[in-house]
Amino acid sequence: MISQFFVLSQRGDNIVFRDYRGEVQKASAEIFFRKVKFWKEDGEEEAPPVFNVDGVNYFHVKVVGLLFVATTRVNVSPSLVLELLQRIARVIKDYLGVLNEDSLRKNFVLVYELLDEVIDFGYVQTTSTELLKSYVFNEPLVVDAARLQPLNPAAIFMQGTKRMPGTAVTKSVVANEPGGRKREEIFVDIIEKISVTFSSSGYILTSEIDGTIQMKSYLSGNPEIRLALNEDLSIGRGDYRSSFGSGSVILDDCNFHESVRLDNFDTDRTLTLVPPDGEFPVMNYRMTQEFKPPFRINTLIEEAGALKAEVILKVSAEFPSSITANTIIVQMPLPKYTTRVNFELEPGALGQTTDFKEANRRLEWGLKKIVGGSEHTLRAKLTFSQEFHGNITKESGPVSATFTIPMYNASRLQVKYLQIAKKSSAYNPYRWVRYVTQANSYVARM
Amino acid sequence: MAPPAQTNRSPSPSQPSGKSEVTDLKLQLRQLAGSRLPGVDDSKRELFKKVISYMTIGIDVSSVFGEMVMCSATSDIVLKKMCYLYVGNYAKVNPDLALLTINFLQRDCKDEDPMIRGLALRSLSSLNVANLVEYLVGPLNSGLKDNNSYVRMVAVIGVLKLYHISASTCTDADFPAVLKHLLLNDQDTQVVANCLLALQEIWSGEASTSEEALRERETLLSKPVIYYLLNRIKEFSEWAQCLVLDLVVKYVPSDSNEIFNIMNLLEDRLQHANGAVVLATAKVFLHMTLSMTDVHQQVYERIKAPLLTLVSSGSPEQSYAVLSHLHLLVMRAPYVFSSDYKHFYCQYNEPSYVKKLKLEMLTAVANESNTYEIVTELCEYAANVDIPIARESIRAVGKIALQQYDVNAIVDRLLQFLEMEKDYVTAEALVLVKDLLRKYPQWSQDCIAVVGNISSQNVQEPKAKAALIWMLGEYSQDMSDSPYILESLTENWDEEHSPEVRLHLLTAVMKCFFKRPPETQKALGAALAAGLADLHQDVHDRALFYYRLLQHNVTVAERVVNPPKQAVSVFADTQSSEVKDRIFDEFNSLSVVYQKPSYMFTDKEHRGPFEFSDELGNLSIGTESNVPAHVVEANDKDLLLSTSEKEEIRGAGTNGSAYTAPSYDSSLISIATQAQPDLAISNAEVAGLSPQSSLAIDDLLGLGLPAVPAPAPSPPPLKLNARAVLDPGTFQQKWRQLPLSVSEELSLSPQGAAALTTPQALLRHMQGHSVHCIASGGQSPNFKFFFFAQKAEESSIFLVECKINTSSAKAQITIKADDQSMSQAFSTLFQSALSKFGTS
Repeated sequence: MISQFFVLSQRGDNIVFRDYRGEVQKASAEIFFRKVKFWKEDGEEEAPPVFNVDGVNYFHVKVVGLLFVATTRVNVSPSLVLELLQRIARVIKDYLGVLNEDSLRKNFVLVYELLDEVIDFGYVQTTSTELLKSYVFNEPLVVDAARLQPLNPAAIFMQGTKRMPGTAVTKSVVANEPGGRKREEIFVDIIEKISVTFSSSGYILTSEIDGTIQMKSYLSGNPEIRLALNEDLSIGRGDYRSSFGSGSVILDDCNFHESVRLDNFDTDRTLTLVPPDGEFPVMNYRMTQEFKPPFRINTLIEEAGALKAEVILKVSAEFPSSITANTIIVQMPLPKYTTRVNFELEPGALGQTTDFKEANRRLEWGLKKIVGGSEHTLRAKLTFSQEFHGNITKESGPVSATFTIPMYNASRLQVKYLQIAKKSSAYNPYRWVRYVTQANSYVARM
Repeated sequence: MAPPAQTNRSPSPSQPSGKSEVTDLKLQLRQLAGSRLPGVDDSKRELFKKVISYMTIGIDVSSVFGEMVMCSATSDIVLKKMCYLYVGNYAKVNPDLALLTINFLQRDCKDEDPMIRGLALRSLSSLNVANLVEYLVGPLNSGLKDNNSYVRMVAVIGVLKLYHISASTCTDADFPAVLKHLLLNDQDTQVVANCLLALQEIWSGEASTSEEALRERETLLSKPVIYYLLNRIKEFSEWAQCLVLDLVVKYVPSDSNEIFNIMNLLEDRLQHANGAVVLATAKVFLHMTLSMTDVHQQVYERIKAPLLTLVSSGSPEQSYAVLSHLHLLVMRAPYVFSSDYKHFYCQYNEPSYVKKLKLEMLTAVANESNTYEIVTELCEYAANVDIPIARESIRAVGKIALQQYDVNAIVDRLLQFLEMEKDYVTAEALVLVKDLLRKYPQWSQDCIAVVGNISSQNVQEPKAKAALIWMLGEYSQDMSDSPYILESLTENWDEEHSPEVRLHLLTAVMKCFFKRPPETQKALGAALAAGLADLHQDVHDRALFYYRLLQHNVTVAERVVNPPKQAVSVFADTQSSEVKDRIFDEFNSLSVVYQKPSYMFTDKEHRGPFEFSDELGNLSIGTESNVPAHVVEANDKDLLLSTSEKEEIRGAGTNGSAYTAPSYDSSLISIATQAQPDLAISNAEVAGLSPQSSLAIDDLLGLGLPAVPAPAPSPPPLKLNARAVLDPGTFQQKWRQLPLSVSEELSLSPQGAAALTTPQALLRHMQGHSVHCIASGGQSPNFKFFFFAQKAEESSIFLVECKINTSSAKAQITIKADDQSMSQAFSTLFQSALSKFGTS
């Protein structure tokens, strides 16, 4: 049970404010914002998602730079409230197509309307976009998606593949296309976040894949869908032991959306569901089975005289050349006496940027794209303000990287087919099955 | 909604100050009110939107109330909704104007469209004006009988709203009975869920004054209701499932078959993508199996994978909530997670609140097989750019060292920290080396060699400096230049800002003096002089004390300041096991995230809408129902106080002072303090005044406890007074003063371990052997007791701390005695009594 719900902009303005029970003072939004902005407890820089001020519990989640907040005086389940906040954000996004400060401000009446149906007197009534459709009457004012920065994992497809309709993932579930009729289509995204830690000798210390099969359906009449996964998929491995070479995909564990029926899952690895409107995760999975990491990162730091050192960073892409990774950023903390860095890119380098962030003494190397099989090197000459004793490699690193690789998945989990129960022979909706891999924590120690 | 009264908000350029705009709006609304022109609804929409947007940013638009109501005569549902929103927001502060809306709301409650009926009913019940409730009863009554589930859903919540405006109106209209009927008969699960939550709130509110409500509240936990809800659980929405699961946790199954049936029924809920459902299910599993040790362990294994999956899927906020719960489970059963330690490795981009939890988990799961990997990983973090986490990591390494038996490798690592030449690393490592030396004096040679190389100029943090000085004093015979370092530190007395460091310096110089008098004499004179002139009271007092002590007798002074020390075996835990158990009872609530029981951060009335299992859950701790409220409040404060005090004491203790009471004791004291209110109860039971009532409670729990055993027949050489009395204050005092006589670990008989399901069972048994309990607590499998006994016809008292783990059937006893010579005999007697538990 919650008492209030509100959405604050990055500057702390109320965009939406709903008081359900009147048990928490009206100034809570200001109290909350001040607390979050000036959070410094025991050196922690970021306010935790849940905290208590004078008997009031504040919950918040950050979505596209906005703060979705709930308050209550009751000792509730934190998971429930945080999950709810996330879900409210998703429902709003389903309706508005695009979720950001601008679209929220333009549509705040619709948002109030949604909030009234989602929560009554502090209790959740429904968060199903599907059910809400029958209670909600405001039409969304769609903001121009083309101008917007990509906001969610799915948005990355907009740049990558030409075949994707640009507006698809930013389309409201209720708004009609300009032509007046809705396009029948369904999107299935297999999004994998990978975490790898390499030891200083390049050996893999830990690796994990956290995957989601995300679905967004614009199909009318709610047909039943069958989704077939790899037949050699197996589930359930308690610990971190590796079993390389068995060839099959072994998940540690997974969970499913409530609409998913698992009647045939044990026999032929198919999921059956009637997809509700809006975006939702069909299945989340976790895998610690060993896999081939897409990138190898080699770092060398060497002293070159009393006040100088040289860093050589090498990134090799170990995936097929038919695949291209996007927006790679490699970062490396440098020794604290570093005052200047001279970069030297390889000859003919295109779309690469380098930067030395003086405030936190960090080297940043950006690459627009890396084609599979290729290798890139950066040389950086460091200048120190004072002489150095001790181990220079201990003073720098670890190197971390972020990237996105469309049409690639590290786990080899696949959607073999996507079957839609046919209404008629002419009924043939668009199906988009897409894969993407992103770095979650990709670290090479030195 | 934004506060209507809040007009003093400083207006930013983008936000109109209000006045003129509101007047303007008022005029425009008035013009539109009577108009029937085509397109008028669109213009109204625009105006309404403006009104609501002002409302959101905090401008008072209550003055257009009349106009809004006039404009609301429309069939446009979007307009209606905006109007309802507005009215709901301002009705409370404008009760007179709210009356204006009653008419059209009541009319809308009879609309053909169920949507409109529902909306109007929701708005009507949200007006929150006490003298308008009479207009609400009728529409609510018909709403509850409406053939549309949406309207019924709204009406049920409406009843709850009415209850909060006027409880008597609600009960007089017999609404709870109607809700109860709907709860068990309505086809729509959301209506059922709303009935459940409304009834829980209403009956909990009434329970304090009405016997009947108390009974009704209990019927929600009756088998038919629980089974009715459980059998339909998959039809409920995920949120309503959480509600049902929260209720099921409080249900007490009659036997283990029932428990297994419920768990089988709910097992697939653990695969739900919604973390709240999974945690609520986990809570049911954990709490139902508390008394079944083996199954309880299997539950940990079963819920492990789903929880780990939730941690890695979902937003950082959601995973934090789940991780906090995992943290709790790891702390309770580290061995279950010992092979999963890699899941608790920190990722560089995680927020520090997550990293902190993970570091604690890594510390807890470290055992013989994984310590090397864990410590290696922690050492990586120690070199990290994130300084607070680097510090925490070093502390974690130290904690692991203190809890392990094989510490060789760790000590090496810690010493490497000292050589890293990062000031904060050195500082943290010094503090740790000092703690380590107190536990493992055998390492002193290795450590001293490294510590001796640290220049005291490079150590600035008071805690670290104090630690270094303590070592200089304690090991001055092994560190060749310690007198000279201490001397130079003494010379800079005035530049030393921390009184803590100055105190330690005084003591260290004293210790050094006893070991190497000629070299230290000068420094000692200087230190005492500086200390006597010190403005800080404690420093001054200590210097004066030392001075007089030396004057009196140097040998005595040495015995006081530098006695031979025993190695510390265990450092105090920061949280008592009672507090931890209480948090575990409140699994899937904020208590877990804050790591505090709810009474520490929440007012009593907000501790949870459905918290009515207290009487059942914690016999020895949850005494709210038996003790007047103010006593409990006072106790809460005591507990808070004692926790913080304890930490201070511990802080002082770990800072190397040789004469503060061992910190171990202070944690015991706080437990004893906390357990005081229980005392009243356990005493009553122990004295045999209310065996009936205690048995009744056991029956309620459905535990087949053996009957109270007869007193043991075999008469031991030591005779105890069967009617011994001791007040808790004396107990505490004695426990603090007396030295430890006996400390032993023994095994319990399997029957004994099985019979120990609540502390009370053992209390009665020990009472039969003339051993009395002064405080007890814990929950299966871990219990903790404080007993006392008195020698027959003498005043000599024995004190016992007894920790029992029923899953391993091990008991750890610590005995202190007035008469040391009798402590062994008493120990034998106590152990024989304990071993008979469950067998007689």
